[in-house]
Amino acid sequence: MAASSATSESGRQSLWYRIFYDKETRSTAIQVLTLTLLFAFFFYIIRNAVINLEAIGKGYSFKFLWEPSNYDINQTLIEYDSRSPHWRATIVGILNTLLVAVTGIIIATVVGFIMGVLRLSHNWLINKVVYVYIEYVRNVPVLLHILMVHGVIVNTLPLPRNAISIDDTFFLTNRGFYTPKPLFEPAMWAVFIAFVVGIVFSIWFNHYAKKVQDATGKIYPVIWISLAAIILFPILVYFVVGSPMSFEMAELRGFNFKGGLVLRPEYLALTLALALYTAAFIAEIVRAGIQAISHGQTEASYALGIKPNRTMRLVIIPQALRVIIPPLSSQYLNLTKNSSLAIAIGYMDIVATIGGISLNQTGREMECMTIVLALYLSFSLMISAFMNWYNKKMKLVER
Amino acid sequence: MSSVVEEGKTYEPGTYPDLPPPPSTVGIVGWVRENLLSSTTNIVITVLTLYFLWVILPPSINWLFLNAVFEGASRDECRAIMREAGASGACWAFIGHRFELFVYGFYPVEERWRVDLSFILMLAAIVPVLWDKTPQRGKMMIGSALAPFVIGWLLIGGFGLETVPTDKFGGFMLTLVIGVTGIVGSLPLGIALALGRQSHLPALRIVCVVFIEFIRGVPLITLLFVASTMLNYFLPPGTTFDLLLRVLIMVTLFAAAYLAEVVRGGLQAIPKGQIEAADAMGLKYWQSMRLIILPQALKISIPGIVNTFIGLYKDTTLVIIIGLFDPLGVGRASLADTKWQGLSTEVYVFVAIFFFVSCIAMSRYSLYLEKKLHTGH
Repeated sequence: MAASSATSESGRQSLWYRIFYDKETRSTAIQVLTLTLLFAFFFYIIRNAVINLEAIGKGYSFKFLWEPSNYDINQTLIEYDSRSPHWRATIVGILNTLLVAVTGIIIATVVGFIMGVLRLSHNWLINKVVYVYIEYVRNVPVLLHILMVHGVIVNTLPLPRNAISIDDTFFLTNRGFYTPKPLFEPAMWAVFIAFVVGIVFSIWFNHYAKKVQDATGKIYPVIWISLAAIILFPILVYFVVGSPMSFEMAELRGFNFKGGLVLRPEYLALTLALALYTAAFIAEIVRAGIQAISHGQTEASYALGIKPNRTMRLVIIPQALRVIIPPLSSQYLNLTKNSSLAIAIGYMDIVATIGGISLNQTGREMECMTIVLALYLSFSLMISAFMNWYNKKMKLVER
Repeated sequence: MSSVVEEGKTYEPGTYPDLPPPPSTVGIVGWVRENLLSSTTNIVITVLTLYFLWVILPPSINWLFLNAVFEGASRDECRAIMREAGASGACWAFIGHRFELFVYGFYPVEERWRVDLSFILMLAAIVPVLWDKTPQRGKMMIGSALAPFVIGWLLIGGFGLETVPTDKFGGFMLTLVIGVTGIVGSLPLGIALALGRQSHLPALRIVCVVFIEFIRGVPLITLLFVASTMLNYFLPPGTTFDLLLRVLIMVTLFAAAYLAEVVRGGLQAIPKGQIEAADAMGLKYWQSMRLIILPQALKISIPGIVNTFIGLYKDTTLVIIIGLFDPLGVGRASLADTKWQGLSTEVYVFVAIFFFVSCIAMSRYSLYLEKKLHTGH
């Protein structure tokens, strides 16, 4: 062996000797070896890919994105038809994925927090019911949940002609949930501006109230004033500019509803299933987060004469959030990634459009999968960057 | 404790004899008052929950058990029996008829003993791993380590047995094959990745970080798509390999990336003094990792590791999307049979029960292990 021969040449340390017994040389050697193997591996598979693609005359180009897609998508947030190019289909897919992710995250957070708090309730019955529900949801695959909810919507809800209607404006059928569609007139922009102004004002007011409280001890009703600025102010503007919005009602014509805004069964099933699945995980995270805060904090806060409501808001929740946020952010990521299961029930998300029909029609597996992977990767990196930023901000509260 | 108190007698403070607690605070009544009716909000919650249970439970139990039909040759027969009884329920006869399909998939009938034998071998191999009082545990563990290879060989067809192509694998057997392979393969790989991520060697660290973040950033289904559509391009021209094997590799890599993060959490929680002490004792890197750091780090990451395993096990259902027949896939395929159309709910409930039972078992074991290894106060 090289090492043993090196030792016999007493003193003179050969390269081989140093690779085995000198820490620095050894670590350099390991790294060089790793990188060499890695590059060799990538060189090998890329070379294979080039040869294979050439053999069937495909090449690697994204030109197909500008060719017409030749397929329809049943739920589109932007204008799209079968003559639109593939890149437009991709954008429709991205928007559909984002729609499910955003609505799902909102519902999951609300339901999860409620269930998490109920798990801590002193009421034995609700505690156990929520516990059983959470255990059931967490231990059954999410794909099964999606298929089940979809099955319930498609199989048990009535046909459009027997729709369950709420006040003849909302209709629940097995073809989807129909609601009136808001039609905006030009003056509506004033209301949106008012809404934004309201949010900006309440953020500023929050800071201002805090400053005043720090300086003088005077407490403003921040929540009520913020709510008024965000909700009442736009409503006021809405009436001042003369109600610039009307509704298009959904109507039963023939076998189905026409007009109005429709939430399709696939969208409903996917969003509800993902939201309820993730909510069960969030509930456990919230419970653990609140339990992690020692009871002494509450007692100390009461001893200082802080009311229960403010104790929760100023003492317990800020500390619990520090424990809750990191796992919560990974649940948000999971929900976004799980939305790719849409393909199982035919909801047209990224995987179903560019990674599904476009891929099958053009036969460009490499390019399509590259796009899909890159898109999901960028979503994940964006969500985790945002969550890291938020996490850092919450951490500063500590000291 | 009855007549200790005399009527009309006055007692000095502190000399009042012991009395039984008021009847409304003990026993069932006391428990109910304390836990269900302690305040107005509590009463409202209790009533609402009871109403909710009353709405949900009786119909579910009726559908699942009381009105369910357990024997019949087709859906129409099930329906007829239910119509006679004037109630609607599950048609479990369907599951009964297709039970073997659910268990073995399309594995050839005369070769199914191999699956049974593999299952027994798997159970035997698991015992020494899970139960630390196994006699001769050290030697048994070697057997356990070899078992996956023996089982794989047995299933595919070694020992001079007839070869069974892997596209015949299906049902619960497929779930177990993917789940167990993923678990067995991802644990060492995940630990290696976690150590690599913590390494002082920059090149090694960067490779591990990029790998982990890439895998964690994309959904498993896209990786499975890559495995099923794209992987052939990266192989030397003219070669190809088995779809199941590709799935197994992807699932293992996927779980390994998640495990790596769990283990990293455990490694970071070990105080630096531990590794310094190990260094001071003259232990080399691998010795200090094997003897000092990893036992502690793995112990505290048990809940996370088991959660990852449960996630992996549940994710095996995704293989139906690329055309493998796990229980869900088998169930959906059987529904195409005109005799049994429209019984998807039965399939979903049956598969859900299977997953629920196995995942609960895993999580209960992890709780037990945590309790056993808890050496603090």
